[in-house]
Amino acid sequence: MDVSVSFRKDLEGFPMDVSWESGKEIVVLFGPSGAGKSMTFRAIAGLTSPEEGRISVGGKTFYDSKSGIDLPPQQREVGFLFQHYALFPHMNARENILYGHSDPKRAEEDLAEMIGLFQLHGLEYRYPKELSGGQKQRVALARALMRKPKILLLDEPLSAIDLSVRRAIRNELKSLQKRLSIPMIIVTHDLGEALTMADRLIVYNRGSVIQAGPPMEIMDHPVDETVSELVGSFPLHAGRTFSF
Amino acid sequence: MENILPALKISLLVASTATFMIAVGGLFFAYVLARHDFRGKHLLDALITIPMVLPPTVVGYYLVILFGREGLIGAPLFELTGWSFIFTWQGAAIAAFIVALPLMVGVSRSAIEAVDEDLIQISYSLGKSKRETFFRVILPLARGGIMAGIVLAFARALGEFGATLMVAGNIPGKTSTLSLSIYTAFQTGDDHLAKKLALILTAISVAVIYLASKWTRS
Repeated sequence: MDVSVSFRKDLEGFPMDVSWESGKEIVVLFGPSGAGKSMTFRAIAGLTSPEEGRISVGGKTFYDSKSGIDLPPQQREVGFLFQHYALFPHMNARENILYGHSDPKRAEEDLAEMIGLFQLHGLEYRYPKELSGGQKQRVALARALMRKPKILLLDEPLSAIDLSVRRAIRNELKSLQKRLSIPMIIVTHDLGEALTMADRLIVYNRGSVIQAGPPMEIMDHPVDETVSELVGSFPLHAGRTFSF
Repeated sequence: MENILPALKISLLVASTATFMIAVGGLFFAYVLARHDFRGKHLLDALITIPMVLPPTVVGYYLVILFGREGLIGAPLFELTGWSFIFTWQGAAIAAFIVALPLMVGVSRSAIEAVDEDLIQISYSLGKSKRETFFRVILPLARGGIMAGIVLAFARALGEFGATLMVAGNIPGKTSTLSLSIYTAFQTGDDHLAKKLALILTAISVAVIYLASKWTRS
């Protein structure tokens, strides 16, 4: 598997203990707020250290408590999209995108590729406060991809986007994953988003994975009442028409 | 004028030297206190802050104990070089540094703490070291507060009186700053000179406060 995540972390209120794997696909971590989804991202990115466990991505061990490996975030080759994008407010779009790039000889070429891929022509010299939610997201994605990450982590990628363009962005993200062919992990607590995006759905509750599998399978065979409650509240469940 | 210029010169020399040390040292302490948890953090914080609440003469007294010819640092220094901080402009600069440092640390620490944690973490995730993140993200975003801290510290250093008097004395043309000269002029009945000196200090302080508030707002 390309991604293997298994760790324990003591959080205030409950201990977190999760274990899951994924290939080069879109995996959605779904569950109520405070279930440990964002903490999982932070552990993969090296922004927090678990108590024990093992995290590997693309054959590279990021963290292994047994052999004492705990790579710093700088060495993890993770593309991380924060919920509100975390663009540097004092840098324009171009400077933001180039921020993590380490090879000055290739910088202009790679920048042009990203500007093309994310249709950012004409926005290069705009500052974050002059960009719309969708434009900010594209700049943040371009910045994350400039480092050629082995995995892309998207934390609530659509929460700051207008409802009217969410569908288009969902499709953009799906085709982006196909094009890049790397694991794309998405955190959301929006069921509609989870079901339309996910190749695999991983249901979190109170620091544990309570069910994992293709979205349809989980909806058809929820393992317990909690999962049933979490996925059963979706209004289009009966019709299975996920055309939003 | 002959009484004003040397005092102004000494004041600016003392305040600029102290401010340079404050800018470098204060930024270091502000960063460490804002971004790190370690044993003794509260003690370090208290040690830096205490000169703000102690009477300046008490701070001066401790500085003499430390830097005097018999002092913990002063004695070996005197033995090595035959030179002492006491009754020199450098001594006045040390006194101004200690008294004005808490202003710089307090203001710039708040500015550093106000930088969005997500921006710092995304910088690490984008491959940048703590040092690079400091210079490219934290410093530019906290610049307003840091500049305000430096300017306020300069104003405080310029007006320092009590600790300076204890450490450096009040030697005209050598250690007598504007604040000390005002006191001398007033004591000797030269009200005209005292008034002039007071107006100069007031004008500089008003300009400095104006700049500080402008930078903080930006």
